[in-house]
Order: sequence, then structure tokens, then C-alpha cells
Amino acid sequence: MGDEYQVVVVAGGSSKDLFPLVSKDVPKALLPIGNRPLLSYVLDLLEDSNLNNVSVVVAGHESGVRVGSWIAEAYHDRLQVEVSTVSEESGTADALRSVAHRLSSENVLVVSGDMVCDVPLGAIASSHKRQRAGLTALLCPRTPGEGCEASAGGVGTKEKAKQLAAADVIGLDSARHRLLYVASGSQLGKEVKVPLCLMREAGQVELHTDLLDAHLYAFNRELMLEALERNEKFKSIKRDLVPHIVRSQLKHGRVEGTLSCSAYVAGKARYCARVNTIEAYGDINRDVAGDAIYLTGYTVSGMNNVIHPSAQTGAKTAIGPQCIIGEGSELGEKCSVKRSVVGRHCRIGSNVKVINSVVMNHVTLEDGCLVQNSVICSNVYLQERVTLKDCQVGCGYVIGVGAEHRSEALAKKEKMPINYQFLQ
Amino acid sequence: MAAQRAGRRGQEMADDEAHTPLQAILLADSFTQRFRPITMERPKVLLPLVGVPMIDYTLEWLASAGIEEVFVFCCAHAKQVTSYLKTSRWKSQPNFKLTCIQSDDCVSAGDALRSIDQRNVVLCSSKVLGDFVLVSGDTVSNMPLKEVIQEHKARRTKDKLAVMTMVVKRCKPSPLTHQTRLGNEELVLAIDPATKQLLHYGAPNKQRQSILLDKNLLAGRQGVRLHLDMQDCHIDICSPEVLMLFTDNFDYQQMRRDFVRGLLSDEIMGNKVYTYEIFEDYATRIDNFRAYDVVSKDVLHRWTYPIVPEVSFSDSQATVNLDRCNKYREQGATVSRNALIGENTFLGQGTTIGSHSKIKNSVIGRGCKIGENVVVEGSYIWDNVTIADNVQVIQSIICDGVLVKAGARLEPGVVLSFKVTIGENFTVPQYSKISRVPEPTEQDSSDEELEYADSTGDDSGGRIYISANKVQVGQDGAGYRWFKDAVHDEEWKQSAAAISGEKIKELMAKQEQEEDDIQDVDVIPEEKLLSDEEESVDEDDNFEKEVEENFKRAVNGVKLENVVLEVNSLKLGYNKAFSDCAGAMFRAMLNLALETPHSTAAELLSTTKQVISKWSTLFRNFLKSEDDQIEVLLKFEELCLESASEFSPLFSKVVEELYDKDLVSEEAVMSWASEKAGAEEADKVFLRQCESFIKWLNEAEEEESEED
Repeated sequence: MGDEYQVVVVAGGSSKDLFPLVSKDVPKALLPIGNRPLLSYVLDLLEDSNLNNVSVVVAGHESGVRVGSWIAEAYHDRLQVEVSTVSEESGTADALRSVAHRLSSENVLVVSGDMVCDVPLGAIASSHKRQRAGLTALLCPRTPGEGCEASAGGVGTKEKAKQLAAADVIGLDSARHRLLYVASGSQLGKEVKVPLCLMREAGQVELHTDLLDAHLYAFNRELMLEALERNEKFKSIKRDLVPHIVRSQLKHGRVEGTLSCSAYVAGKARYCARVNTIEAYGDINRDVAGDAIYLTGYTVSGMNNVIHPSAQTGAKTAIGPQCIIGEGSELGEKCSVKRSVVGRHCRIGSNVKVINSVVMNHVTLEDGCLVQNSVICSNVYLQERVTLKDCQVGCGYVIGVGAEHRSEALAKKEKMPINYQFLQ
Repeated sequence: MAAQRAGRRGQEMADDEAHTPLQAILLADSFTQRFRPITMERPKVLLPLVGVPMIDYTLEWLASAGIEEVFVFCCAHAKQVTSYLKTSRWKSQPNFKLTCIQSDDCVSAGDALRSIDQRNVVLCSSKVLGDFVLVSGDTVSNMPLKEVIQEHKARRTKDKLAVMTMVVKRCKPSPLTHQTRLGNEELVLAIDPATKQLLHYGAPNKQRQSILLDKNLLAGRQGVRLHLDMQDCHIDICSPEVLMLFTDNFDYQQMRRDFVRGLLSDEIMGNKVYTYEIFEDYATRIDNFRAYDVVSKDVLHRWTYPIVPEVSFSDSQATVNLDRCNKYREQGATVSRNALIGENTFLGQGTTIGSHSKIKNSVIGRGCKIGENVVVEGSYIWDNVTIADNVQVIQSIICDGVLVKAGARLEPGVVLSFKVTIGENFTVPQYSKISRVPEPTEQDSSDEELEYADSTGDDSGGRIYISANKVQVGQDGAGYRWFKDAVHDEEWKQSAAAISGEKIKELMAKQEQEEDDIQDVDVIPEEKLLSDEEESVDEDDNFEKEVEENFKRAVNGVKLENVVLEVNSLKLGYNKAFSDCAGAMFRAMLNLALETPHSTAAELLSTTKQVISKWSTLFRNFLKSEDDQIEVLLKFEELCLESASEFSPLFSKVVEELYDKDLVSEEAVMSWASEKAGAEEADKVFLRQCESFIKWLNEAEEEESEED
């Protein structure tokens, strides 16, 4: 497998969508998910599938250096990884272009670096090869709550339209093998527009809004590079390149003798999610600490939680199920941690409640703090009796005694990241 | 079930819940001209299909599918249809009631259903009672109806708005000709796979080479199935509401173009259409010559089993023998020993075939005389036709009483209507249609889609057209060639002739061309969005203008209530809020003040004050809440910056006036001020102007609270 496939991981930079979680110091790829860097999930998955030839493209030089040194340390004897950087403003298609000269295999697997999933990549790669497809895309059934099924009854038309804008519209043939239409809901004008010739060939198209484009594609290298070369204005893989290839698939089919565009629909039991919003970041951390704990490789205790042996807990402190406590963290007395992830070397006082939250590394929570539905980045200092609900606190932020915040993003003043387009 | 029926029928039905007969409406008129010139002389439903009138196929199917009562709606050639049915066996069939309804003034299916609805109101017995099957008299099918009717009724008990279920079947159009084997154009259906609800019915957008589907259809659904490979069988299970919907919407003419699309696009009523897909069963409508050809072959190939020639379902007494290779021969057909009868043929009673003649893939009716050395291939020859020696008939349709003289040649796609005579050694060019009735010259625009509805019946038999054009039908021939349809070169699409090799080559070349042309017809959403925006801006403008018009009418003495009513209806029409009305109304008032001649700002202020005080009663109707009042202030500000800059120095004065007249409350002014406090400096001009007024308001409030 290794020789036939090269892998490009588009790892992003400091995406604006995840402000204030990411910054120059913590690029998106290194955000902790269940106390492991985000990118490690994709790289481990590649390693499992024996896809060893990997290029990682990071946006922004500083981010690139950080990601590079981390990979060099963590994967030096496991994967053959080359890390390169593109400018902050680059789109995902630019990232692909930047490594084009390095690609030589027949097929290329392009993976988004913010994916956390357990779909066997080898299966996708071989399905792509077997069908001699020009493009194979991984599609996942949307998890409930994220899509329409959760609130199907009695929602207003506006609400429905909003949901649609957040969804992908994906057209498949009735056997769900062939990919005939791709658009993201926000990209749609008034109408869904399917090319007539494609429709004539296929006869029928099932337009799905219950599938998620996982941003994992297997491309025929020549086809991909030609499309990129011909259309210089393509910025994004998902928004420009893939729809283009899908739209003009008949043409490729005839010239290349390849089948066309195919879809790999993951089974319902598979886990697949992308860290592309703050909300998703919280959800995925909870999933990884809970039902999807197998992704992390941790050993679960009898209490259905993971507490590092070096972590210390005070008297009457309760750590509930579906929690992860990192190395060297200390918790005082009478604390309660529920459905949360606490990072390494955190110092948590007494009478602290952490519920449904993510606490990264080296965070100090003084006595009597309450943290609920929030994300607290590294080196944050919360003084006594701080209450946070639905907040995100950026790196190194300090919150004074007794403060109360609700639904806020708190961060040190810093130049806002300008990278809007990356990973869209 | 009775409870569901509409009120006016509900009462009589209440005590008769036990059994509702399964009913069907059969339209014995297709309201099209596709079968001209044949239908000039005989209604389409009586045209023979493998020796049996089409209507018998439909009735046989309805009877066998358990329908108990059929209303046959006759329009064109109504007398011929009714007199045929009167003597037919359907009249004496047990458990099967046949009612003929005649009408002369219907020009469309819509008219027909409206007149049935009217008749329903008048009559007490023998009328449409509940859900019914709506078919046309040219339907050939063997599908069972019980299941689809049950499904329809079950859906109706849950959802009263599910008014219709239509039957569809897979049928992929040819990639070359872009039409189905029945000669129908491409049809785009969008169906919700979960509920089978029909969401879209229409043709693809040929100009943009794409299929466009309103994206809102996807909203709130997990998916939508888009079909280009479905054939509409034109078999509908309808609720009684369908009749009423036709009556209510008197402009609905055609079942599909108007009614179905009307229902789909009408979101207010919320009526829904569902689909029912059949897989094994046969169901189709014959609405052009190609379909006639295809269905005839399907009957010969026994796809319509049990409705096949050797099973007697018509009035003909003759027994049919079936040989292998689908050779059907009625008793009493005489074939010369030297004649060659090929596969897929039907020979009627009393027909004689001369020696050395070759018949293949064809139907020959009763009482025909086929001479020697005749070649008949892929053709349909009806009754009492005489074909002399050495004639070639290829892929043609020949009606009753035609005489083709020796040595003549009919090229593919020819249609010879009743009693035409083709002269000796004459070659009839392809796709020609020849009739004894001359082609109507004047285009009657009103009944463009109507079969020729002659009330006189068939009287053309007696006369002989000696004047028939010899160039068109040959020496001693008789008949006129019809040119009307020949004008457009789409003729090949719907004739009985096979598509010629050249045409196929041409189409293939065209297709390759097209495929190469698929450049990136990339979506240019920006442009589109822009135009959308413009549209909405226009709408805003229109709305304000109309409100102003109404205000002027109030100034001119129209009663206030009427004006309020008008503006309220505008509000609904443009989907606006009260605040928009208030804003627009205020603008109209300012414009009125501006129009009054004035020289100084002070004068303008005084006229403005007059206007405000005079129309405050009207204005107050639209100031329902604080939000509306804030909107007025915002609107005023906007106007001062743009069109009515003369007011800008008077801003605070006018606001004070509005406050004095109790049109704008203190809270509204304060929240406007606080909203503006965060704005950019440039936007604060008017806020600063009002500073003293606001300060005064604040103080007043404090005093008040102190007093408390």
C-alpha cells in the first residue's frame, strides 16, 4: 500500500473559527483532544493503515515549526513525514499545490488534519484503487444533534434553512457507490443544480443532507494535479476542487478510462468528526473521554474513567465516569469532575467543580471555582470562586477573584489571526 | 372514511359507511392533437390497438382491478363513444357500473373535472363519492389497484392534505434522443425517499444544461431523490378534494402542467401529492404514435398479460390462435401458402394475404385484402384495408377503408387516415400524414390543444374528394397531405417509425459535442446573490411607494379605516412588520410636508407639525409597540441623511413633536439613544442634536421617581 499512495495531511494553522483556543503558540494541529494533540489521531490512523509516506502542510511558518518539531519527536521511527508550510492566507488547494512536486504515486490520499475518526483508511484507499476512480470521498452519517434528525418535527422554515446551510448536500446513486453531486449548504444559491448530462447517465440521484463530507479524499494524482493546474483560482479542496471534479466526471471517465467519482460511506457505528468549531471541540473531547475512548489508546479504569497514576486527588474528591485526568495534575478536597478532560500538571484547589469542560495543561483553578461547558486553555489562572459557564478562555489568561462569566470568549489581547479560509 | 369527505357530501354519506364502491373517472378524450388527422373522424379511445379499441383495454383493466363504477367522460366525438359503449358488453357486466357523461364545451381535463364536480352537486345518485381513480381512456395497464388505493386511503386518514397519489414506473430515457421509448420528453421528478412525497415535477433546464431544484425542498429532510428515469403512468388516485381544487382554481387546465405543479408550488394550502412506484406491472398511456407503436408491440409480446389478444375481453367473437413467435391469427384469416408470416404479427378475421407477401412485426385488422408480393413491416393496418400487389408498407399506420394501389410504397412514419387512396406506383414520403379531411387552415388559437370536436359525427364517408391533390397522393389517389406538424423537424420523435441510422449518427455527434462543451459551468453565486439583493431592495422601494400612495388617498379623503386596511394588506403581501409600515408611513408624511410650499426651515417645521397632528390617528395604527416607534426614529434619521436632508436641522424638534403627540414614547427615545450611543462618531450627529431633549427626558424621569 505504501508505494501506491502518498498522503497529504492539510493540518491548518491558527484557524479563526477556533479562536481563542488556537494561537501562534498552539496551532490547531496541536490542540489537545483527550490530552493528545489533534494531529496524532490522523497520523496514528495512517500508521495503522500502513500509509507511511506522509506530507503534512501547515499554514504559517511559526505553526509549521512547532508542528514539525512535535512530529519529529513523536513519529521519528514510525512514519516518514515531511512537514512543509504555506502562508497563513493560503487555502487548502494552495496547500496541495505546494506539495505537488513531491507527489509521484498513482493515487494520493488527502486528509484534513482536524479529523478524529476510526474509519479504516486502508479500506478507502483500496476501494478507490479497485474501482479505478478519479476521486473517492469519505462520507459519514451525521451524528444526531448535529443535523436535522434531532429536531425534525415542528421547526420553522428559517430554522430548517439554517440547518441546511450547515449541512453538505451530497448526491449519490441509488447503490450509494457513485458520487454525483457535492455542495456545502452555505455555498448553494437558490437552487441545487445538477448537470443534465450526468443526470442522463445516472438516471437518478439521491441528494443527501444526512451525510457529512469528512474531508478525506483519494485522488488520482494526474487528474487532481491537472485540475489544480488548469484552475488557478481554486482555493479550497472541498469547495472548489472536489465539486469541479465531480461535475466534470463524465469527461474524465471517458478520457482516463477511470470509473468516475465514487463515495465511501462509512458505517453508522463508525466514529468520524472534525474539529472545526468550538462546539465540535468540546463535543469531540467528551466523545473521546466517553464512548470513543478506544481512539485514545488509554486503559479505562473500573470507574469508566482515565486517571493518570501520577495524578493526585484530595479527600472526598469525586471524579465521575467519562473523565480523563492528565499526568501530574493535583486536585484538592471535595472537588467534583464530571464528563471533563483535565490536562497535565494542572493544580486544582478545593471545592472546585468542573463539568462538561476541557481544561488543558498547566492550568490553575483556585478554591471554589465552578467551570461548566467551558474550554480553558493552557497556563490559565482562575483565582478563587470564579464561575464560568459556556466560556472559552485563551492561553495565559488570568481571571480575578469571584468573577462570573457567561457565554464569553476571553483571551489576552493579541493580533487576531487572519487566516479565514484555511480548512473550509 | 365518511368523516373525511367534504362537508357538503358528508351528511348524506354518514349513514352509508358500510361500503363505498371503488370508483374511477375515465377521460375519453386526451385533449391533445397528437393523433391528428385520424382523430378528426374517430375519437382516440376507439382507435384499435391490436384489433381492440383502446377504451376496452382501459375498462378491462379497471374491471379486473376491482373498480365497481366508472364514469366515462366524453367530449370529442362524444356520440361515437357513447353509442359504442351502449352496445358494448360493459353495460351488462355484473358488479360493474358504467355511466357516460357527455359534454361539448370542455377543452381540457380541468374543464372535464370541473363539470364532474358540478354534476356531483346536482345529482343525488350515481356520482363520485369518495376517493377515485383518474385515468385517461388510452391507458393500457395490468397493475392491481387495491394496494395503491389502500395506501392512499391510509395516508389520507393520517394527513388530509395528501390529496393525490400518482403511479410512476422506472423508464430511463435514451441517452441519445433524450426521450423515453414511449416518445415522451425527459421528466424530472423529485421524491422524498422516506415518505414518497412528490416534491418537484418538471422538465430539465435545457438552456443551462442542468436540473435545477429549489434548495428549500432539501431543508428539513434527510434527503431527496431526484429522478430522470421515472415515467409518469398517468394513473392517479385522487381524493374528492381534487375535484373541488379544480373548481376553485378555474385556470387549471391540464392535470400535470397546471394542477400538479400548482399544488407543489402552493405552500399556503399545503396539499401534497405522493407517488407510488410499480415495478413488475405494466402501465402506460398512449399519447403519441410512437407510444402506439411501442404499446402494440408490448401487447404482442404479452407484457400486458392477462390483457393479450387471445384472451377475449372485447365484443369480437372470433377466437384467436397463438403460434410460437407471437403469431396471432383470428379464425377466418386466410393466408396464401406462399405468403410468409413472420414473428410478432396479428391477423384479423376475414383478412386475406396474397402469395409471396411478407408480413413481419405488424398488426393487420379484420376484412383486409393484402395482394401479392406485398411487404408489410412494423406497420398497423386497421380494418377493411385493401392493399394491391407489389406494395411496400414500412413502419406506417393505415386506418380503416384505405386503398393502396399496386406498386405504391409507404416510407417509415406514414399515417393514412380513413378511406384514403394512394395511387399506383406512388411513393409516400416519410412522416407524411394523409387524410380525406383537408387540413384546417385557420389556426384556431383557443382550442389549440383540443381534439377536433365535431358534433355532426361521421358524415365524411359519403363524399368523395375528387379534388385531392395528385402530387400528394399519386394518380387516382384521394386525400390531403397534412403539413402542420411537418413544419417542426421534431417529427421523428413521435412517429411510429424507428429512428433512422442517420439520425442516430447525427445525435451521437451532437452528444459528443455537448459533452466536450461541459466546460465549468461553474456556479457564480456572487452574481446571483447580488441580483437577489437588488430584488429585495426593489421590493422595499415598491412597498414604501405603495404605502405612500395609500397615504395620499387618505389625504384626498378616503376613509381612514380603509387606508389602514389597505396598508395592512400590503404588509401581508410584502411580508413586512408593523415597524416597516410605520417607517413607510412616516416617510409619506414627511414627503407631504415637504411638498407643501415653504421658504424657511421654521415654516417647514410648522407644516410638519400640522401634518403630524392631523394624521396622528392614522399613524398611531401602526405604532403597536416600542420597536415600531424606534423604527420610526431610525427611519427618520436615515431619511435626513439621504432623500430629505432639509429635515436634518429640524431633527430634534420633530422628535419632540412626536413625543408631545404621544406618538413616540419616552422609552422609545431612550432606547434609540442607547442604541446609537455605541455607533461611530459620524452616525451620532442626530443623537447630539437631541442631547438636550434626552437630558430633559432623563431629568423628568428622575423627578417623577422622586415624587413617587
